[in-house]
Amino acid sequence: MNAVASLWVEVGTLCDIPKQGARCVVAGEKTIAVFRTLDDQVFALEDKCPHKNGPLSQGIVHDGCVTCPLHNWVISLATGQAQGADEGETRTYPVKLEGDTILLDAAGLA
Amino acid sequence: MSTKQKLVIIGNGMAPGRMLEDLFDTAPDAFEVTIFNAEPRVNYNRLMLSPVLSGEKSYADIITHDDDWYAQHGVTLYKSARVDQIDRDAKTVTASNGVTAAYDKLVIATGSNPIMIPLPGHDLEGVITYRDLDDVEIMLDAAKAKKHAVVIGGGLLGLEAAAGLRMQGMDVTVIHLANTLMERQLDESAGHLLEEAFKARGVTVKTGANTSAILGTDGKVSGVALEDGTHLEADIVCMAVGIRPSVAVAKQAGLAVNRGILVGDDMRTDDPDIFALGECVEHNGQCYGLVAPLYEMASVLADNLMGGHAAYGGSVTATKLKVTGVDLYSAGDFAKDDDREEIVLRDAVGGIYKRLVLQDNKIIGAVLYGETSDGPWFFDLLKKQTDISEMRDTLIFGQAFQGAEPLDPMAAVAALPDDAEICGCNGICKSKITDAIASKGLTTLDDVRAHTKASSSCGTCTGLVEQLMVLSLGDAYNPNAVTPMCGCTDLGHSDVRRLIKAKELKTIPAVQQALEWKTGTGCAKCRPALNYYLVCDWPDEYADDYQSRFINERVHANIQKDGTYSVVPRMWGGMTSSNELRTIADVVDKYEIPAVKVTGGQRIDMLGIKKEDLLDVWADLGKAGFVSGQAYAKGLRTVKTCVGTNWCRFGTQDSTGLGIRLEKFMWGSWTPAKLKMAVSGCPRNCAEATCKDIGIICVDSGFEIHFAGAAGLDIKGTEVLGHVATEDEALEHVVALAQMYREQGHYLERIYKWAKRIGLDKIREQILDDAEKRKHYFDRFVFSQKFAQIDPWDERVSGKDKHEFKPMATLALEAAE
Repeated sequence: MNAVASLWVEVGTLCDIPKQGARCVVAGEKTIAVFRTLDDQVFALEDKCPHKNGPLSQGIVHDGCVTCPLHNWVISLATGQAQGADEGETRTYPVKLEGDTILLDAAGLA
Repeated sequence: MSTKQKLVIIGNGMAPGRMLEDLFDTAPDAFEVTIFNAEPRVNYNRLMLSPVLSGEKSYADIITHDDDWYAQHGVTLYKSARVDQIDRDAKTVTASNGVTAAYDKLVIATGSNPIMIPLPGHDLEGVITYRDLDDVEIMLDAAKAKKHAVVIGGGLLGLEAAAGLRMQGMDVTVIHLANTLMERQLDESAGHLLEEAFKARGVTVKTGANTSAILGTDGKVSGVALEDGTHLEADIVCMAVGIRPSVAVAKQAGLAVNRGILVGDDMRTDDPDIFALGECVEHNGQCYGLVAPLYEMASVLADNLMGGHAAYGGSVTATKLKVTGVDLYSAGDFAKDDDREEIVLRDAVGGIYKRLVLQDNKIIGAVLYGETSDGPWFFDLLKKQTDISEMRDTLIFGQAFQGAEPLDPMAAVAALPDDAEICGCNGICKSKITDAIASKGLTTLDDVRAHTKASSSCGTCTGLVEQLMVLSLGDAYNPNAVTPMCGCTDLGHSDVRRLIKAKELKTIPAVQQALEWKTGTGCAKCRPALNYYLVCDWPDEYADDYQSRFINERVHANIQKDGTYSVVPRMWGGMTSSNELRTIADVVDKYEIPAVKVTGGQRIDMLGIKKEDLLDVWADLGKAGFVSGQAYAKGLRTVKTCVGTNWCRFGTQDSTGLGIRLEKFMWGSWTPAKLKMAVSGCPRNCAEATCKDIGIICVDSGFEIHFAGAAGLDIKGTEVLGHVATEDEALEHVVALAQMYREQGHYLERIYKWAKRIGLDKIREQILDDAEKRKHYFDRFVFSQKFAQIDPWDERVSGKDKHEFKPMATLALEAAE
């Protein structure tokens, strides 16, 4: 299949997510964690640590990363890559801000 | 056309696993590797089966190579495939799954089979051996429903099985033919101490006992008959009498086989293209069943497969019993003989026994019981045949007692050969650690753990690993140096705490700015610590930063491995009522809570609650008067009590009342690590106060205050703070002590570690002897409670942090295609 056109859906506003926090978006079987950093960037990752599927949305957000609450793996918000000596990757999803509105690309979700 | 040689391996245990690691380290692309594994799984650490049986580890924890590892290295792994034919002319092997694979080089690593004595009844259902994960699973299953287990064989494996089954709650009897346990590795004295230790944990030990038959009804085991006429009940019988090299396939292929498959120093069989290693081989008349020789063979074989000329010279082995709480180490030969001398140290009270057997001023055998930290050192002297005449007088006291230079611990570690095993749990040798330090530029213990796994399981080798780091890094690594809080700063916890007060830093960004944090926003290690320090030091001014709290403290419940939560309401002093129990029962039904458990802290845990249900669960619990038990908090957890003078004929004081009073006074307070307390109404100590963070033992004349106990990773009885006469005094002392710990403890440092770090005398001086200081601590605690005693469940039911408990959005997805 070729590239699918983007399908931006509104999932909330910036003030729905605490700074250095995350909220979940449920999309069918999948849960997407949407993160907000201290400088108001947003990122979206599947809510699953590559290690043992820990809910990343429940982790502590720091410097562009989140630390999984189950076993302290550190995952990059931008790339989904495990940091440090651990190896693994969580899927990332396109997300953007228009004003204060958070938009998630639903094309990749179905 | 691939030029790779085809390497086929029969067996997928620890020996071939290690051999492949060595091979891939030096020549990742030399071979196309195919493995046939008779077990239906990947490679796991067989040494760790006993912790799986006892419940201290899970299967996932002991996997050495997962499926990804095989994929990454291009290894074809056939699981549940037993090779039963080798065709040496065609150079192929054929397995039970019908696959035939051609080889250029073949490695046989079939390991060993447990010996099953053909007693009458040995084929009944419920008679098992102890060899692989399947056996462990059968035992775990049996332990769920059944009561009586009999273990035949009091050697290493039998005892580990017995300890594990006992920990699973079964009544266990060990039947052993010889007169003392582990007679091949231990002398009689140590065997006797070991027997006492097993009896103390509730295992029945019958030595000098011979099994005559295994009894059964309807094809299932029901008991064991001994030759002296004794009958024992048994729902499961574990036969652990030894192992025998597994040689069937080698025999079929016509290879030279004696007890094991015969191999030369290059691990080659009598067919130049067929090698063998591990427990299935016989080298120089010796078969081995311990891990160290297998690893030595693995590296020799890897080298020879690459065309090298490494030679295996046989192994001297040392034995350690892997039963939590029993320290035992033995090596070499310790039979009595005329030309042998002994040095023996006994400490009956401490349960310590050490014996060295000397011949010509060299150690030839060592047995250590109760205190084994010098085991590897004695073993090294033994292996090297070191002349010990110079240090003979103090030898038995161990390495730390040997003064002069050539015997300092660093020199001993430096002298260890490259292949000396440092971490037994993960099978990591010295060179693996030193190489990783050099090639990856590792500078901290955490780095070394992350990259090599050494010291990351049970931790007993941490000292050795640190010494290797000093050797490799010189002054750049100082294990006594202040350990920085985390990678974000060079300051240690004590400095940070001091500076927060001195510079009046009152927010996390202020701390990070003033103390020159190296990262923008800190990390998941330092932020929760800083948040605690600020909550503790500025209770009225600091606004708790929930985003810097671990999830459990943010949502006031305990996250479980599947992402659901558990909820534990407070039951003051462990007392409850029909109304409370009815409410809990209703909540469990209403929210379909899958598991309800009574905790060790005398309250009730509801497990498996969906995050979205938490608020409703709390609202219902709150209506019956329940508040959060803070079972998730680095804070006051439980105050366990016995029934004291209310009911007990031995009670000396109202222990329940005092426990409830303490809990009501102290609930809600945050502490560096969790704080568990107990009050026992008399020295019989039914509330187990002497292993708690803070405990009180009531006596006729008043209250004995204890603290700094531990019953988790470490086990440690409490220290006595002192005796007071009245309940009010007891409360004041306990509260002041807790506040001193709150103000000085490092984040995540339990009270016993804090006490050890700053010294018991200093604590007694300030809390017991100095009434004014004590009062100040007490007052500061009381002040801080004004801001801490808010029930977090009620607060959230009323609307606080609503965002934590619901998804932000739910997308209705239509099938896009």
